[in-house]
Amino acid sequence: MTSYNAAFQDIPGTTVFDATQSRLGYHLNMFCMSLMKPDNRAAFKADERSYLERFAMSVEQREAVLARDYNRMIALGGNIYFLAKIGATDGFSFQNLASKMTGMPEDAYKAMMVAGGRPPKGNRSKSDPAR
Amino acid sequence: MARITAGITTSHIPAVGAAIDLGKTHEPYWAPVFAGYEFSKRWIAEHQPDVVVLVYNDHASAFSLEMIPTFAIGCAESFAPADEGWGPRPVPVVRGHPELAWHIAQSAILDEFDMTIVNRMDVDHGLTVPLSLLFGQPAQWPVQVIPLAVNVVQYPPPTGNRCWNLGRAIRKAVASFDADLKVMIWGTGGMSHQLQGPRAGFINREFDTRFLDRLTQDPAGLTAIPHVEYVREAGSEGIELVMWLVMRGALEADAREVHRFYHVPASNTAVGHIILENPS
Repeated sequence: MTSYNAAFQDIPGTTVFDATQSRLGYHLNMFCMSLMKPDNRAAFKADERSYLERFAMSVEQREAVLARDYNRMIALGGNIYFLAKIGATDGFSFQNLASKMTGMPEDAYKAMMVAGGRPPKGNRSKSDPAR
Repeated sequence: MARITAGITTSHIPAVGAAIDLGKTHEPYWAPVFAGYEFSKRWIAEHQPDVVVLVYNDHASAFSLEMIPTFAIGCAESFAPADEGWGPRPVPVVRGHPELAWHIAQSAILDEFDMTIVNRMDVDHGLTVPLSLLFGQPAQWPVQVIPLAVNVVQYPPPTGNRCWNLGRAIRKAVASFDADLKVMIWGTGGMSHQLQGPRAGFINREFDTRFLDRLTQDPAGLTAIPHVEYVREAGSEGIELVMWLVMRGALEADAREVHRFYHVPASNTAVGHIILENPS
């Protein structure tokens, strides 16, 4: 099982939601899940910091949510399908979230997608010589 | 007896559902995406199934981290569209086929697939976007649907080979159902895409094209692709392609390709769509 999980480590810019991440991110992801209810979305928007205190999240996880730092949330166990509910609550498209995670302006990210997306060359492996 | 007539695979991108719901399908960005389904809409009207077994993944809608079934089969009378954070999609409630669903569950479990039986479940874009792509915006969906949710969110998801074998078990189950029903099996999700992290936006046309080719030329060979290769070559969310193998395993070896469509991009994703007919 160790080699199964380790094999993914070589893929750049990617976090696989395995057992370790799932345990780390349980409460963060369950907070996201709560945003599927309109009343909870309203309560979160009204006072984000106190809403987050309803969940047994770490201080780092709370700060990452408040900062809308999606890459940090992923590092702290967030899963993108759960985190997308924060984006939806904020009124942003998935494409907007994706551009944030890549550090590109949304227009530039959209243009990259229209031009065929991020190419495999140089993006398959951390040891790829084209990187 | 019931029989599987055809299989369809299609991406199930949420933005595609939003484009339909908001009347944007004729906009220049979206028109080429929907053009690829024009043939399919005519074809399905001519080959109208009674029931669709719709293989999809739940995107943290019905299943959170509290319970994570690997294979969940919807046995309810109906399934409501899920609120994914925007409010539910304005699409009809999905009518199930409890009798066939329970039959498939029993048959597959006795074939040693440990299915989770679900009697209450909201269905998200993974299930409703493919219905919209094939049937447009009717007041009622013109088919009964058996949702089959596959976990591809929590690692490890099932292997491609396991998905393929589940398809074979579904084929056997349908063939032993004592009613004159035309059944289709749809595999959804994919193709290459990555929605997370600095590598978001990853697309691999070459991998996708080869995958589409092999659905008819070497379907059994596809079952050997390991998870790490999907993630490396098709992006982290490209792992959804294992669900296409449930569809393919449920069809005959000599199923024939009658339509194929591939387009980049729809939002963050490469759209892939294929129709395979079983020999009659």
